[in-house]
Amino acid sequence: MWQLLQIELYKIFRRPRTYIAFVAVAVLITIMQFGLKVDGQEYADFMLQSLGNFDVQGKLLNGYMVCYIVLQLMLVHVPLLVTLISADLISGEANIGTLRLLMAKPYSRTSIVVSKFCAVCVYTLLLLIWVAFLALFVSVVIFGKSDLFLMKNEYIVLIRQDDVFWRYGCAFCFAFVALITVASVGFFLSAFAENSIGPIVTTMSVIILFTVLGTLNLPVFQAISPYLFTTHMVTWKEFFDEKVNANNEALAGTLQNLPHIIHSVIILLIYIVVLVSATVWVMKKKDILS
Amino acid sequence: MHCAFNKFYRMKKFVLILFITHCSLFIHAQDATALINKVKAKLDKVNDYTATGVLKTDVAFIKAPVSKVVVYFKKPNHFRLQKNGGISVLPKGGISVNMGTIISTNNFTALDAGETNINNTKTKVVKLLPNDENSDVVLSTLYIDEANLLIKKAVTTTRDNGTYEVVLSYGKYADYALPDKVQFSFNAKDYKLPKGVTLDFDDSQPADKEKLKNKKGKVEIDYASYIINKGVDDKVFE
Repeated sequence: MWQLLQIELYKIFRRPRTYIAFVAVAVLITIMQFGLKVDGQEYADFMLQSLGNFDVQGKLLNGYMVCYIVLQLMLVHVPLLVTLISADLISGEANIGTLRLLMAKPYSRTSIVVSKFCAVCVYTLLLLIWVAFLALFVSVVIFGKSDLFLMKNEYIVLIRQDDVFWRYGCAFCFAFVALITVASVGFFLSAFAENSIGPIVTTMSVIILFTVLGTLNLPVFQAISPYLFTTHMVTWKEFFDEKVNANNEALAGTLQNLPHIIHSVIILLIYIVVLVSATVWVMKKKDILS
Repeated sequence: MHCAFNKFYRMKKFVLILFITHCSLFIHAQDATALINKVKAKLDKVNDYTATGVLKTDVAFIKAPVSKVVVYFKKPNHFRLQKNGGISVLPKGGISVNMGTIISTNNFTALDAGETNINNTKTKVVKLLPNDENSDVVLSTLYIDEANLLIKKAVTTTRDNGTYEVVLSYGKYADYALPDKVQFSFNAKDYKLPKGVTLDFDDSQPADKEKLKNKKGKVEIDYASYIINKGVDDKVFE
């Protein structure tokens, strides 16, 4: 199994396509950081206009805040980059004609499929570590540290700077589960195709469709919204909300809605298990002709 | 003849009452001004201070932790609250208005508005009307502990920042008229940001939505210590 994983990782990191995601992430985050460094104060002032008769004192645009802004935008697009690899894993082999050869090796089909999936997990993890390094560590170096001031739709959350880091740690772990879910969708679709374009485009379409359905606040779509994986992918934001006591004082080290986070993780894990199992089942039954 | 005498007598009585009332009001106004001046003289003993304390924010739509703050004051009205390396959210023009600022000018009319008890302390109620038409403060009502020359409560109505109430508790710094605790209450306006701005497209809501309907806001500072008249660098207020 370990040998299979090593082979799969070698195949992934040998292809130039793999590095597109790393370069794209670096370019996007750098551009965002540059924009916020140059015009960030205007952005902050715009946000603060809605606070009316309140004064906000302190370093609002700090590394933690920049990381949150970057993640809000990035975690919508990173899944698309993960798709480039996950949806190519099986179909890519079918396309170049090596799938039959691979399946002829003295390993069970389950081991081969699972090792491919594990390789995607490693790739996703590395991509996420790259995002975390650029979005969090580089932002902290450029913008410095301070409390995290988040303006949500109906309320404001102020998190002490010594209470922020673990939240990012948890948020990135959650994001990993969310990205693996997307990878599973691409991986599953990859089992049906003879070339990688089809599953890549289909996975992206599924993500876009589910996101749109979840965003539209229409009763007909709200009924299915809790079952869409895209609805739960944004739950990482829950790590940046605190509980308050009877005096309305925010309690450091608490999470406002832990059950919601757990619920989302369970839903995402169900997606992963079902899709990977289905992929294994499909591959075991598949008559491989290419 | 008798009727005319009666009319003249009633008129005289009315004029006399009017005169006494006017004199009484004038004396009361004088009393109130004198009291304000005494309080002002006590407050004037403090040229500057650096204080450490704990800030508590109780506004329905703000989730803020209790935090340690350093407060700087320098005459005439420089005030700065700093949260060590952190961010603080304070009502505009409110918490920075200390008692010294309210009565820092002589350009007001003080009116005696009777007496009342604040926390079992007998206080004199004085209404301050600024003479300057452009003043941001429209009316201030001070509740003064006459015996100790301490302002126990102030209700101030401003043009731009609404009405706010400051309740002060004194302890070991009472000789300088510096409070151990300041409670600042105000009306918080509605807060709502479009989802397009916050990028919060999910429908997750805070647990207690009812709390958000409470429009009253409160900010409290518990002062632990003061360093008085030791000088404060002007750079602090930049």
